[in-house]
Amino acid sequence: MLLEIHNLAVEVEGKQVLKNVNLSIAEGETHVLLGPNGAGKSTLFMTILGFPKYHVTNGSIIFKGKDITNLSTAERVKLGMGVSFQNPPAIRGISVENLLKYESGQNEEDELNPRMKSLADKLKFNDDFLKRDVNLGFSGGEVKRSEVLQLLAQRPDFTMFDEPDSGVDIENVELIAEELNVILDKQKKISERKRAGLLITHLGYILNFVKADKAHILMNGEIACSGNPDEILNDVRENGFKGCVNCAQCTQ
Amino acid sequence: MRNVLNDAEKAKNKKAPLGTDITIENYSKEDISVYDVIDDLDDLSKKDKDTLISVGVDSEEKQRSGSFVQFDQSNIFANTLSDNIEVMNTGVAKDKYPWLKDYLWNAVKPDQDKYTAETALREEKEDVYSGYFIRSKPNTKEVFPVQACMFIADKDIMQTAHNIIIAEENSELHLITGCATGSDISSALHVGVSELYLKPGSKITFTMVHNWAEQVEVRPRTGIKLADNTTFINNYILTSPVQCVQSYPTAYCEGKNSRALFQSVLSGQKTSNIDVGSRAILNHESSSAEVLSRSVANDESKIYARGDLVGNVPNVKGHLECNGLVLSDESSIYAVPILEANSSGLELSHEAAVGKIDEDEIYYLTSRGFSEEEAAAMIVRGFLNMDITGLPPALAESTKKMIDMSVKGM
Repeated sequence: MLLEIHNLAVEVEGKQVLKNVNLSIAEGETHVLLGPNGAGKSTLFMTILGFPKYHVTNGSIIFKGKDITNLSTAERVKLGMGVSFQNPPAIRGISVENLLKYESGQNEEDELNPRMKSLADKLKFNDDFLKRDVNLGFSGGEVKRSEVLQLLAQRPDFTMFDEPDSGVDIENVELIAEELNVILDKQKKISERKRAGLLITHLGYILNFVKADKAHILMNGEIACSGNPDEILNDVRENGFKGCVNCAQCTQ
Repeated sequence: MRNVLNDAEKAKNKKAPLGTDITIENYSKEDISVYDVIDDLDDLSKKDKDTLISVGVDSEEKQRSGSFVQFDQSNIFANTLSDNIEVMNTGVAKDKYPWLKDYLWNAVKPDQDKYTAETALREEKEDVYSGYFIRSKPNTKEVFPVQACMFIADKDIMQTAHNIIIAEENSELHLITGCATGSDISSALHVGVSELYLKPGSKITFTMVHNWAEQVEVRPRTGIKLADNTTFINNYILTSPVQCVQSYPTAYCEGKNSRALFQSVLSGQKTSNIDVGSRAILNHESSSAEVLSRSVANDESKIYARGDLVGNVPNVKGHLECNGLVLSDESSIYAVPILEANSSGLELSHEAAVGKIDEDEIYYLTSRGFSEEEAAAMIVRGFLNMDITGLPPALAESTKKMIDMSVKGM
């Protein structure tokens, strides 16, 4: 397993958000995480990433066979984790280009490498845009494309995407999805796929372009059910998460 | 008729309203001929050259239209490299151009406080004229900047300078002025009076980098007069420790469509006491001003970031923006924005925000692999590294590098 989460309980500012989460993702797999607002989907992401605000009160997170529960975010990222945020902060004086250089292991003084330049081009970022302060005054679509571009620079083995399609127009969803498929090794044969990912989506629209191997529903701080993404998504679309409430209660 | 001597005499003991009061008598006067004139900036010692470059003054004079260097009270170098520009010592200019007297003490009053008074008294009583005269000729656009450096070489001295900068009609003038101290100077006082005159259709950019020693007191006194259709851009950068800087340059927007922009980058370190403001008096319809400042307080430093916009006629516009980061419990930032509206139909506004580094920004960067310390340092650098607008591309780039360098050296 690439990522294993065992009996995870998490508190945020003294409030318990995750009670008992168990989740395993193997190399080459893409999983999707669904759930009503406030269920703790983003909390799970931030906990996997190791942000200090998210206190693990029970359980463990194993990544590449190593217990990372107490590692810093930077250490986890160095081990091969990446994330695309839903609403990343704007930072004055730090350009997209600065970040791309760092993420692709380049010196700040050097010109941005040709690989990143052509990727930027593909994601419709011109030179002026690369010089802009990251996320400052970006449109919804620009934020998402900049996040994806940074992940392409970083090339993580395991990537979490928090609502990569929210606030993005249809044309750009396809563009983003195409690069998500690159990040997730989807263009490779199943047996050759190494990179894995976990995707939060509200609308599920992105799943028309990025095929997931498994879906999970997070409810009341636990994984309420897991299974075939199409079936689960259809069920949610028809019945909302109400059905899951019953279901979660049944299993308790 | 102004009587400079009389006014100065009366203000000899007049305390400045802001900044700690300095006992001028504790500092010694130095003669204007202590340091010999040099023929070439290359004649300076390697150490002095390095100090000069840290404040943007290049001893090779590459991409410069002129240079001026003052050591203590001695004007040791004045060089003009372009036909569009004149650079000389103020004393020399006064003898060459009888009309210069109309510009002396016209944008800054000799009786403003005891520092201006002392400068005026040295001129009137001892005929000590230090400082530079820089003028751009009518209808010229010199893209390369003139560089000027005020250097304190001996300890415990009071350095005075009286600078006159004139942009003639439809001309463009760019200045980089650096102030610095020799590495072994523990204590000194610098008073620099600068008067800038923008004739109709002209533009001046004035970029000042300060790099003083920790025990140096600094009292610049600056006044700017703007005629019709003029643009004045002032950039002030201070990122090294200092005892106390207090300045409040004032732009008088007297012409139609005159525009003043002040940008300051302030980093407080150790026990620095930094009191830097920018003031614009909007006296003509459709004149405008903008004051932007970024401050970071570290260690036990105190930063006063002031801004003052005065609108006296209708249809003027002014905006103040002051952002600060307080990084230690012992440091403070006082953001003091003042808006004064004395007419109907004008627009003055201000925004000020002082606080800590946003945690979300730190976490965002750690999620890209930076450690928390690296992330915080980057955010502070980025915060201070504001885009300096209005400079020609080459100068903009070198200014950006200069800020980068001084911010990295913090």
